[in-house]
Amino acid sequence: MYNQTEIIKDTTNLGPDGELVVNMGPQHPATHGVLHLVVTLNGETIKKIEPHLGYIHRSIEKMCESLTYRQFIYVTSRMDYLSSHINNTACALLVEKGMQIEVPERAKVVRTILNELTRIASHELWIGAMAMDLGAFTPFFYAFREREMITDIMEDTCGARLTMNYIVPGGLMYDIHPDFQTKVKAFVKQFKEKVTEYEDLVTGNVIFQSRTQGVGTLSYEDAISYGCTGPVARASGVSCDMRKIAPYDAYDRVEFDEVIETAGDSFARYIVRVKEMNQSIRIIEQLIDNIPEGDFVGKTKNVLKLAKGEFYQRVETARGELGVYIVSEGATTPYRIKFRSPGFSNLSVLDHIAKGSKIGDLMATMGTLDLVIPDIDR
Amino acid sequence: MLSLESITKTIQDWLFAKFTPQIALTIECVIVILLCITLFAVLGLVLVLLERKVAARIQIRLGPNRVGPGGIFQTAADTLKLIMKEGLTPDAADKFLFNLAPFVVMMVAMLLLAPIAFAKNFQIWDINIGVLYVSSISSLSVIGILMAGWASNNKYSLLGAMRSGAQIVSYELSAGFAVLTIVVLTGSLQISEIVASQENGWWLFKGHIPVIIAFVLYIIAVTAETNRAPFDLAEAESELTAGFHTEYSGMKFALFFLAEYINIFIVCAIGATLFLGGWMPLHIGHWKDFNHIMDYIPSSVWFMGKTFFLIFLIMWFRWTFPRLRVDQLLNLEWKYLLPISLFNLLLVTVIAIMGWHF
Repeated sequence: MYNQTEIIKDTTNLGPDGELVVNMGPQHPATHGVLHLVVTLNGETIKKIEPHLGYIHRSIEKMCESLTYRQFIYVTSRMDYLSSHINNTACALLVEKGMQIEVPERAKVVRTILNELTRIASHELWIGAMAMDLGAFTPFFYAFREREMITDIMEDTCGARLTMNYIVPGGLMYDIHPDFQTKVKAFVKQFKEKVTEYEDLVTGNVIFQSRTQGVGTLSYEDAISYGCTGPVARASGVSCDMRKIAPYDAYDRVEFDEVIETAGDSFARYIVRVKEMNQSIRIIEQLIDNIPEGDFVGKTKNVLKLAKGEFYQRVETARGELGVYIVSEGATTPYRIKFRSPGFSNLSVLDHIAKGSKIGDLMATMGTLDLVIPDIDR
Repeated sequence: MLSLESITKTIQDWLFAKFTPQIALTIECVIVILLCITLFAVLGLVLVLLERKVAARIQIRLGPNRVGPGGIFQTAADTLKLIMKEGLTPDAADKFLFNLAPFVVMMVAMLLLAPIAFAKNFQIWDINIGVLYVSSISSLSVIGILMAGWASNNKYSLLGAMRSGAQIVSYELSAGFAVLTIVVLTGSLQISEIVASQENGWWLFKGHIPVIIAFVLYIIAVTAETNRAPFDLAEAESELTAGFHTEYSGMKFALFFLAEYINIFIVCAIGATLFLGGWMPLHIGHWKDFNHIMDYIPSSVWFMGKTFFLIFLIMWFRWTFPRLRVDQLLNLEWKYLLPISLFNLLLVTVIAIMGWHF
């Protein structure tokens, strides 16, 4: 128990130079999950940020080692739950590559459309959450209005709204819903109309610009040396889109631009994501009318066994490059499995770019890094 | 016509006829205190509901719609919940100051109700330094906030209180200068005289450019002074969880919450009085018939209408803008608003001395 004089004398809260050490998280409104940041403050200025991980570690990699090549895909939906389709695709692609399974064209195209829808949904959620970090509540609801349409499409397609588990080695689990094409087209139409609302509400806002421009600037060199990928790296001018570098599914036959900004600050990261949504819409528009008829799943053996050896597959999730690395001993389960998650590398840069800025800037920086904690911890 | 003025007059006459002046005065005081507390509670309920409805409108959703028709009893139910909740006091807190702080904030808000003219001749205390009284008392609320932030012994609270201190002290200046603009034009600090000076047209619509500048400055400054978004750095829930009231729960939290809304009401009421004519109906020059029709609308309706319009404006800000950063907030005040208000005051003084105003 304290009394008043003890409170004044109490220096246990203070660091060596009279710094204030604040524990942000694991329960904090801005960390969007159970991320724990130990922030050393000097007044309002940040001197050091130390992320503490492990609060939502579920040992997914170890779990995957005891599951068969059909089963382990479903666990990966729980990694980056906002890109679950893309995670599933990565695993399915790896198994297909390892076993030379022929994937029907229909499945490839549908996978690509679903991946892009997932990317838009993820970016929509991000816009809302980031605006909320900066103190604006309203964009959240606008963003969720469109995101809701995507989750409805997902629900029609595979029964789930968040953790889809729709993609299996060789193609898709079921055929698409008969209304799939009309619903996606309706979504594309609505999105194109409503995207100007975000521009009005967020992009053009003076306060928003002054809060993000020049805040948390990540240089080209640092982006590469910290292993940043996805929109975070592309905002610093690094070309790293896996859909361009190593096309998979139907990405080699669609036209889209890799969005690259050079400023490297929070505003550039915002712009990259907004433009990326438009590129995703472009991809969907090219594919939605051209879904080939045919099988939705290729012929596979009943029991999948990867040959002895090492396999690696990388895809572009909404957050960056997701790598799946499997060491197989030729059994029905992986011998070792490792996921290279984009969030982990992107988080590692936080201390570097937020040091010396204000607490408010930390929120802008953290918001635009787009961290999903289960992706970082796994 | 049944006006508030005649009601108060009847009551006063009756009291003074029945009792000795001392007793009559005491009874009047009790009535005023009761009315104040009632107004306090009712305003809290109405404004919280209004805020939620406005927010819902802006955010394409419905807002509270379950408790009572259109959700009108939602805030009453919430208040009931808050009263039933346990008012926790953290072990490490300075108990006395921790429990005192919400009352300081609330008492300041209540004191500010005194000089406000709610309707024609319906005012608790028409003090001759009315505007000065308001600006001096409103600066006291920072003490309550600092008290809460310090006594909580929580780092978030302390940061929030620090921010709040810097913010309120800075923006008080701009608000003060904006108010002075009208005082210079009116030549009086008394609320009733300021209202009377706007009989032929509200200051905002008389066409003085300094007044329009002062109005904009006033709205910005009071938004900051009441810790509302985009200046809600003292709370800044995404940065400091809840800022200075992080550790408060139950009714003690509700008092902070209530005081915030009462403060909004008061600053908007003062703004309406200074710039929009208070209870004065809309009069346009020589349109006698028009002015006559406008006079039929009760003065309390005029006052409340104007005040709620300004309140809506401030709520609109909150649900549109992101939050400023702390250094940007202080830059805005010291580098832009303060020089502008000083120049504006100079300008209006010249206008007043030269007699160019009307």
